Amino acid sequence: MITKRIIPCLDVRDGRVVKGVNFEGLKDVSSPVDLAGYYSDHGADELVFYDITASSDGRKLFTDILKETAKRVFIPLTVGGGIESLDDFDRVLKCGADKVSVNSGAIKNPDLIYEAAKRYGSQCVVLSADVKRIDGGFRVFAKGGRVDTGLEATEWIKRGVDNGAGEIVLNSIDTDGVKNGFDIEMLSAVCGAVNIPVIASGGAGNIKHFIDLFKALPKVDAGLAASIFHFGEVDVKELKREMKENGINTRI
Amino acid sequence: MVVIIDYGVGNLFSLQSSFAAIGEDAVVTGDEKAIAAADRIILPGVGAFGDAAAKLRATGLDKVIKEQAANGKPLLGICLGMQLLFEKSYEFGEHEGLGLIEGSVRPIADVIGKDLKIPHIGWNALIIKRKDPILKYTKDSDHVYFVHSYHAADCGQSVTATTEYGAELTAAVSNGSVFGTQFHPEKSGGTGLKILKAFCEVRV
Repeated sequence: MITKRIIPCLDVRDGRVVKGVNFEGLKDVSSPVDLAGYYSDHGADELVFYDITASSDGRKLFTDILKETAKRVFIPLTVGGGIESLDDFDRVLKCGADKVSVNSGAIKNPDLIYEAAKRYGSQCVVLSADVKRIDGGFRVFAKGGRVDTGLEATEWIKRGVDNGAGEIVLNSIDTDGVKNGFDIEMLSAVCGAVNIPVIASGGAGNIKHFIDLFKALPKVDAGLAASIFHFGEVDVKELKREMKENGINTRI
Repeated sequence: MVVIIDYGVGNLFSLQSSFAAIGEDAVVTGDEKAIAAADRIILPGVGAFGDAAAKLRATGLDKVIKEQAANGKPLLGICLGMQLLFEKSYEFGEHEGLGLIEGSVRPIADVIGKDLKIPHIGWNALIIKRKDPILKYTKDSDHVYFVHSYHAADCGQSVTATTEYGAELTAAVSNGSVFGTQFHPEKSGGTGLKILKAFCEVRV
């Protein structure tokens, strides 16, 4: 049977990994190329590259870096950040991305998912949503979690799936950075509505949090985190060993 | 030298990088002469079977591939490229394939449980069915990366490995010097690179 995936996420700005990293054996700790190569060789099941660059110069640098990274990475690579058009899809796919993640771009232009799925296939289109509790419900936020779109999370995700998204990333704004565990309540409410792979994001602080996630929600396919991997607080190989010991199917 | 056939489908960047990583020269080309001159051939592919088969025919590459395979040149089809090796596919209608391996391509929805997600996407374990040159470094339970909604059925003795996803699905096939993997070796970490290496060691 298919394994649960562990996905480190790298935020890249102006060609560098934004959050500092602390790994032995890595010469340049903020080089996305070296870090991605390290993860690819050390048990990660997939990588997400998130471009948080604002300038067009930075964007060019990002695609150059992406190309170098893709040469070193032999696991699936998802790219997100600033994806607003089919040209953006084209640009990152040509540099070696396997999947493209859309967030605000899909909110601005809901046809984007449909058009991209038609051209590149659903397996290529990841809908990423930043979700926050508002008045007892779950609401989708845009622009890196700053703007309330008024969209109800389950409705938005269902619409994305109907339009052809092949995977969903659910990032909880409420638990993000808190390191107190994934947002099981939100994930449970939203992921029951869809029958495509769901990637949980936001809140992981230790190995137990991943095990709690997969045990509580068998429908969740993957756990995503950033700094706890980069800072060496959670080692991917050790995490997967403990998942296996806890009866969770994983690739060792 | 390895040629990766370029017929306008899919992203060949990762595949080329994988060969570079194992120290093999690989060229991406749709040129008939270059394909004829190569030591071995990769037939890649993502997308829909009908479109891909039509593109191969429109460019005349279907004939080139069949000719080279008939001469015994090692050929490896990957993902949709593997599916194209079969006689026909039932993806959105009925389409003719290259017919280099017996069998047909059918929706996995017909054989897996209703509660399982489609496509079959992610890392899954291989079940080795018989000895095969490209699997010489691969063992039972090694994990590889799959992305597909269709599978090869009725392929008899050509199945070399399967994987479990609600049913036993064809993961790898071979017939003489024609090989195929439903999974993506170029996305399957060290296990995948070793399969490509083994393919490069298949005697011409």
